[in-house]
Amino acid sequence: MHNNINNKNSSSPSGVAGYSNTTATLALAKASFRSIMRSPSAVVFTLAFPLIFILVFGFLGGGGTRLDVGITPGSDVNNPVIYSMEKTGMIRLVKDKSKAEFDKLLEKGNVDAMIDVHRKVNSAAYSVNVVYTSASMDKGNILKSVFNNLFYDQKLKPSVAEIKESTIHGREYKTIDFILPGQLGFSLLSTGVFGTAFVFLSLRQTLVIKRFFATPVKRSSIVIGEGIARIGFALIGALFIILLGHFFFGFTLVHGALTVLNMIILATLGVIVFMGFGFIISGVAKNESMVPPISNIVTLPQFLLSGTFFSIEAFPSWLQPISRALPLTYLNDAMRKVAFEGAGLWDVKFQIMILLIWGIGIYAVAVKVFKWE
Amino acid sequence: MQTNQAIIRVKNLVKKYDDFIAVQDLSFDVYENEIFGLLGPNGAGKTTTLEIIETLRDKTSGEIIVDGFSVDTHAQDIKQIIGVQLQAAGYYPNLNLIELIELFAGLYGADIKPMEMLEKVNLQDKAKAKYKALSGGQKQRFSITTTLINQPKIIFLDEPTTGLDPQARRNLWDLITEIRANGTTVVITTHYMDEAEQLCDRVAFVERGQIIALDTPDNLIDNLVNSGFERKKEVKKANLEDVFINLTGKEWRE
Repeated sequence: MHNNINNKNSSSPSGVAGYSNTTATLALAKASFRSIMRSPSAVVFTLAFPLIFILVFGFLGGGGTRLDVGITPGSDVNNPVIYSMEKTGMIRLVKDKSKAEFDKLLEKGNVDAMIDVHRKVNSAAYSVNVVYTSASMDKGNILKSVFNNLFYDQKLKPSVAEIKESTIHGREYKTIDFILPGQLGFSLLSTGVFGTAFVFLSLRQTLVIKRFFATPVKRSSIVIGEGIARIGFALIGALFIILLGHFFFGFTLVHGALTVLNMIILATLGVIVFMGFGFIISGVAKNESMVPPISNIVTLPQFLLSGTFFSIEAFPSWLQPISRALPLTYLNDAMRKVAFEGAGLWDVKFQIMILLIWGIGIYAVAVKVFKWE
Repeated sequence: MQTNQAIIRVKNLVKKYDDFIAVQDLSFDVYENEIFGLLGPNGAGKTTTLEIIETLRDKTSGEIIVDGFSVDTHAQDIKQIIGVQLQAAGYYPNLNLIELIELFAGLYGADIKPMEMLEKVNLQDKAKAKYKALSGGQKQRFSITTTLINQPKIIFLDEPTTGLDPQARRNLWDLITEIRANGTTVVITTHYMDEAEQLCDRVAFVERGQIIALDTPDNLIDNLVNSGFERKKEVKKANLEDVFINLTGKEWRE
C-alpha cells in the first residue's frame, strides 16, 4: 500500500540551488517600507513630532536675553540714553504705567529695573537713576554691564578713558543649530525603538513570522529586510528634517553636502543602535499595550537628559553623569559638532566609539531576549 | 488509487512538551494527489502534527519523510515544495493583496504574476484591498492562494472552513477539489464531518495524540453500520443544510 518512497536525502538537493536570499531580503524590505510609509504612528513620530518642535523653536527666533526696563513716570524720554537703550535690541522699554503699577511689577520681577533720566541743570549731561529689583537679580546684573557699555559708548561720561572694544566675527549660533540635531536624534530614537518593537511584536503575535518560516526564507533575511526598511525610512526622515531646517530656518551646515553626508552616516549608526532597544522590547513585551510604556522608559529619559532641548551643562552636577551615560547624548553631541563646527567623522570618534559600545551591549542583550514565536 | 505512492510518510512520531504528550507514536502515510483529512477534537494533536511535518516545530522522536526529504536534514527542501495555511494567521500589516503576493513570491523566489494568482481564486476585484477588509471566505481563499505561489506538491490547510457560512464553505470545497485536480496533494484538518466525507479521499481520526482510525470515509461508515450501529433518527433524503442552500441559493456572496 505505501511503498515506492525513494529517499532523496543522499542526493544533492536540487530545489535549494536556485533560491536567492537576497531576493527574499529585498522583498521583505520593500514590503516593510511600504507598510511603514502607510503607518500613521511611524510618520508622526519620525517627522511630525520633531518638525513641530523645530517649528516652535525655529520661530522663537534668535532667543537671547530680554530685559524689561520700566521708565519712571516723569522721566525725560527724548534723550540719547533712551535712544541707545532701544537700539541695543536687548532692552524692552515699558512705558505709560503708574508708579503703583511699576512698583508691583518691580516687586514680582516682571520688570527687571526702573530707569529715570533727567537733564542736569545747566549742563549737557544727563543724570541717570537706575533702580534694580532683588526679584530679578541675574538680569539686573546683565543690565548693569549693558548700561556701563552704553554710557561709556555714548561718551556720556567723557572723563572715562576710552574703551576699545572689538568683536570677533564668528558664526552666528542660532537656536535652530542647537534644537535641530537634538530633534533629529529624538526622531531616530523613536523610529528605532517604537517602530522596531511594534513591528516585531505584532508580526510575532499575528503569526506572520510563523507563516514566513513556512517559506524557505532565513531568519537573518527577516531581520535584515526589516532593518533596511526601518533605516531607509529613518534616513529619509533625517534628510527631510535637515534640509527643511537648512532652507527654512537657516540651520548651519558648515561644509554643505559633505556635512549632510556625515550627519546621515551618524544617523545610520544611531538608528541601528536604537533599533537594538526595539528588538529587546519586542522580546520582553507580552502584548502590544506593553510596548509604549516600556519604550517610554527607554526614550523619555534620553529625550529629557540627552541634550535634546538644553545643553546638558545646564543640568545640576549630580544629573550630568546620568546624561553622559546615555547614547543619545553622544549622537546629539556628534551631530552638533559635525553640523555647526564642521567637524569630520574622525573628530567625533569618541562619540562614535561610545555609540558602538552601546550598540554591542544592546545587541548582546537583544540576542538573548528576542523571541521569534 | 491502484498505485498509491506515499508522498508523506510519518513513522512513530512523538511530541512531548514539558508536562504533557501532544503526539504519541503516530504513524501514517499520505498518498500522492489525494485529499487527506486529519480529524479529531480540539487539542488532539492535529495542528502539532501538521506543524511538525511543515518543519515549523521540532519533534521529540520519530521519522518524517516528505517527498523523499527528511524533516531532520532537509527542512529547506521541504519548505520549497509545500504550501502552508496556518490556523488564524495574519498577514503583513498595511499591504494590499497584490503586495502581499509579491512579498511571498520574493520569499519563495517564485516568478509569478500576482494578478493571475488572484484570478485563480476569484479575488481579482480585491487586488487593492487590505487583507483585514476581506470577508471570512475571501480571507480563506486568499490564504489558500498564498500556499500556491511556489507551485507546491503538497498543501496543508488547517481548518480552512471554520467560521464560514454554508455558501462560502462549498465555494472553498470547490477550490480545494480544483487544486487537487491540478495534481497537488492536500492535507486538511477540519471539525466538520460532512466536509471530510465530501472532500477527503481518506481520513485519519486523531484522539489524544494517537490515530484511532484511518480509512476512506466510505469504509469507515460501512464498518460502523456493519457493527450494528443505527442512527436514532430515520435518515431523510436531505438535511437542514440542503434546505439552507436551497432557500438562500448556491451563489456565494462576498
